[in-house]
Amino acid sequence: MSSISRFLTSRWGPIITGIVVGILAPVLVKLGNPGNMGVCVVCFSRDIAGALGLHRAGVVQYIRPEIIGFVLGALIAALIFREFRPRTGSAPLVRFLLGMFATFGALVFLGCPWRAYLRLAGGDWNAVFGILGLTAGIGLGIVFLRSGYSLGRSRPAPTAVGWVMPVIMVTLLVLLIAAPQFGRDAGGNPTGPIFFSATGPGSQHAPLLVSLIAGLFIGFLAQRSRFCTVGAVRDAILLSDFRLLLGVVALLVAALATNMILGQFQSGFEKQPIAHTDGWWNFGGMALAGLAFTLAGGCPGRQLFLAGEGDADSGLFIAGMLVGAGFAHNYSMASSATGPGIFGPSVVIVGLIICVVFGLTMREVKA
Amino acid sequence: MSDIRTVDARGLSCPQPAMLTRQALQKFDKGTVEVLVDSGTARENVSRLAEKAGWAVAAEEQPEGSCRILLKK
Repeated sequence: MSSISRFLTSRWGPIITGIVVGILAPVLVKLGNPGNMGVCVVCFSRDIAGALGLHRAGVVQYIRPEIIGFVLGALIAALIFREFRPRTGSAPLVRFLLGMFATFGALVFLGCPWRAYLRLAGGDWNAVFGILGLTAGIGLGIVFLRSGYSLGRSRPAPTAVGWVMPVIMVTLLVLLIAAPQFGRDAGGNPTGPIFFSATGPGSQHAPLLVSLIAGLFIGFLAQRSRFCTVGAVRDAILLSDFRLLLGVVALLVAALATNMILGQFQSGFEKQPIAHTDGWWNFGGMALAGLAFTLAGGCPGRQLFLAGEGDADSGLFIAGMLVGAGFAHNYSMASSATGPGIFGPSVVIVGLIICVVFGLTMREVKA
Repeated sequence: MSDIRTVDARGLSCPQPAMLTRQALQKFDKGTVEVLVDSGTARENVSRLAEKAGWAVAAEEQPEGSCRILLKK
């Protein structure tokens, strides 16, 4: 076991994780997940927010087992390798807001960094604008990091604090399996308190057990290898450290090959699954997301893995993502296949201003 | 024997432990630098950065769960 761990913490770890994600994501699409959305942390959080009734966009409501698996897989790895370390106290409220704004931005693009790379590997060239925006946002975050930006230190916390997010994930799994439907809609059909899409992307999903096991496996690997799709670009630019970036490249190559083999590669800008062709706002949305993720210390996947290790600040970032996804759909900020929502562009601008203010003002306070 | 300089990176998010270490290594360019971290990720990142810059790295676990990394050149 320890030799596996050493291998995963070596420079090969992110590459192996990237290859596994790159293979599993297109396979999950083949088994039922939406197009180019084998894994998307933001889209799946949005679906969970919908399933919980935080928004009522009927086409994007499902409790995604992959997200549950990410947290619990990381928890298992952290427990086995003695890295479960409950902690909190590093500007939690700011992290909550960063989670919200990252989600606003990502839902204007229609995907988190994971899905941006998966969309590219599926031939969706709109993703190029998203990835350029993501890189620009990370670059801006690096400027702030260089000038002394910090959310301050977390402190060790009681064990129970570290278990909150894993227990929430187990609760979600119970709700997914029990699927309580106590209400009745206008037509007399069972509905709520947990909502499941009958049509649209929320209705498209791989079998529960397959999704859960894939999520657990990825969560386990990523906790050990420290896989992070935002840290990849950040460390390459800031520290000339290409360890994580090679993981993202491996993901891209593996996903491209798997899509080719499965006949899922379709290149072009038009008619791509769950995507729009507005290059400016694909760029802008991901610039906001990239900045917010960088200020929070990692991509949304990484936040899930850290929450599995007991980091309650990352847990709060995820709570911010869920609430943000609710707002995004309730207030027409999220995009659809036809283009950005009515308030999508304005929330990107407001979000960028707020994140820049955080970047300029958050500094460590010496005791 | 020069004094030991300490970088306390405990509790900081990525990439700050590596950034603080790099600043210290550039400033002192030789001697002994002690870096305190409290996560496996920070420990690996700091060690990798220091090794690449030609420093000898020795890490020892501390009883309270943190890790003391000694960098020498």
